[in-house]
Amino acid sequence: MADLVSHPDEVKVVSKRFGQGAVNIDRYLELDGYKAVQKALTMQPDEIINLVKNSGLRGRGGAGFNTGLKWSFVPKQSAKPKYILCNGDESEPGTCKDRLIFEHDPHAIIEGVMIAGLAVGAQTGYIYVRGEYRYLLEIVQKAIADAYAKGFLGKNIFDSGKTFDIYWHGGAGAYEVGEESALMESLEGKRGIPRIRPPFPAVVGLWGGPTVINNAETLASVPHILLGGAEWYANLGSPKNGGTRLFCLSGNLNKPGVYELPMGYSLKKMIYEVGGGIPNGRKLKGVVPGGSSVAILTADEVNADVAMDFDAMLKAGSMLGSGGVVVLDDTACIVNFALRTIKFYKHESCGWCIPCREGTDWLQKTLIRFHSGGGVKKDIDNMYYLAENMLGRTFCPLGDAAAMPVIAFVKKFRQEFEDHLDGKPCPFAKHSGAQQSPVMA
Amino acid sequence: MKFSDKFEKRFTEMLAHYPTPRSVLVPTLLYAQDEVGYLSDEVIAELANRLSLTELDVRNVISYYSMLTTKPRGKFNVQVCTNIACMLRGGEELMEHCEQKLGIGNKGTTADGVFTLEEVECIGACSWAPAVQVNYDFHENLTPAKLDKVLDECRKRIG
Ligand SMILES: Cc1cc2nc3c(=O)[nH]c(=O)nc-3n(C[C@H](O)[C@H](O)[C@H](O)COP(=O)(O)O)c2cc1C
Ligand code: SF4
Ligand code: FES
Repeated sequence: MADLVSHPDEVKVVSKRFGQGAVNIDRYLELDGYKAVQKALTMQPDEIINLVKNSGLRGRGGAGFNTGLKWSFVPKQSAKPKYILCNGDESEPGTCKDRLIFEHDPHAIIEGVMIAGLAVGAQTGYIYVRGEYRYLLEIVQKAIADAYAKGFLGKNIFDSGKTFDIYWHGGAGAYEVGEESALMESLEGKRGIPRIRPPFPAVVGLWGGPTVINNAETLASVPHILLGGAEWYANLGSPKNGGTRLFCLSGNLNKPGVYELPMGYSLKKMIYEVGGGIPNGRKLKGVVPGGSSVAILTADEVNADVAMDFDAMLKAGSMLGSGGVVVLDDTACIVNFALRTIKFYKHESCGWCIPCREGTDWLQKTLIRFHSGGGVKKDIDNMYYLAENMLGRTFCPLGDAAAMPVIAFVKKFRQEFEDHLDGKPCPFAKHSGAQQSPVMA
Repeated sequence: MKFSDKFEKRFTEMLAHYPTPRSVLVPTLLYAQDEVGYLSDEVIAELANRLSLTELDVRNVISYYSMLTTKPRGKFNVQVCTNIACMLRGGEELMEHCEQKLGIGNKGTTADGVFTLEEVECIGACSWAPAVQVNYDFHENLTPAKLDKVLDECRKRIG
């Protein structure tokens, strides 16, 4: 069980019930549970969609798409059943927030799935939990069973005459399955190879039916929006970035942890105040602000201060991504950090398209050799060139996710790469002793 | 091929959750592996048969998912995360520590079949790094000394 933390600047919405025993359905009911879905049952579908749209809630899975807008793409009439799919594959390095929601407030996710279903006219929802989170899958199984036992799920929910079913589903270890179309493949019992789009899942998704895929935190935010109103939620955050978000602070910090802060909160304050600053009197080297797939920000960029919302981060040349904020102090080796990053994407690439499959492999081979002292000068430009040529040339965004951080590491920390040249020992750590791979021609 | 009653109950229950039987495959493979220890030829044949799939189809799916294995493992699978957040807080050192203590490398199993060591990617414990998962149990904010305790506990449990 992961430890909870708190800070006075936090605005607790999604995390409001953390540590309150809300896994228990009766306790959840005492804490305003299942009120939002009952409210939704009195509303027209379009009313729900507009409310969520106007709240400025944007997807917490990474891309930051307006949730209400996404729901509005689902066709009203459909010959095939419609589905809601909750994405709990949480695997982006640096990200550990959905885990806390599943652990402390699983009924909020169930309620969010139900409300999404009422909004788009779906009667079935699935909650997909990554395989490593077995204890959370058990919590979800129990929560669903408890909701059925109370008559909140199944036929005639809350005496409305409406039917809604929710089922759990477990993964078995795969980051790529977090990608929405691969997630559907996995749920259908296949390898997680992404599907070509268009058609988008909102039109052709699970078993060919229109499907809304949302991150667990996104769905857990929805009941609060229904009860608090669009304006209240929107005003918590920054323009076009409604509400709050669970930020996962990790790395070289005095007080790492998952904190709920308003969208648009200062990154600098997040690190020096909320996260307690850098330990042992060391200095900040850089921050990866949105999970491992986004461009690193240097200490200067962080100190110039950036607002943590989707638009400001994009303007700063990075992305808000999944909410994982990874902090590096001046003892961290960027080359090794880059190697760890690319090893991950190489391992997780589904292998379907060549730029991603071969690109990550070459980057990994080069970085292993480079970090172990066998680098040559042209490797630096080659890595940059290779990564740049992966961008936008792959079937799904994993290729970009692998390329973007590498481009930023080389561009912003070129000196550190040069310091590893000519067989010099890594200035920060011991040699990995890994075997040498061939130089790229 | 015999699975536990719990497995059978869950399997039947799950089949009713989806329009296509094959949808139960991924979670079912993991549950089967938990019971048998690995995905043996027998398990693969049995599940392929139950779901009207070819064995190749099933193997194809197995090879995609990193938690699934067709080879027996130790009783305790020690999964050390060395991804970025853990790396910054000593994950690589933990991995080395395990290699030395257990006398095996990545994916190796101790001669007595008690431990398998595996270097894994992010397990969703980044804010509590460095982290290790032993089977399904999370161990967080670790030091080599704390990890030693965890491993010693494992040994004690099997007596
Ligand atoms: C390689 C890859 C991995 C992803 N992993 C996740 C994940 O683990 N969880 C998640 O919610 N979204 C993940 N996403 C984003 C999903 O594709 C999708 O955009 C998201 O679940 C939509 O929900 P949202 O709009 O609520 O954010 C991933 C995307 C890519 C390209
Ligand atoms: S970009 Fe990578 S993960 Fe995505 S489809 Fe291509 S090979 Fe697979
Ligand atoms: S990086 Fe180790 S748990 Fe996330």
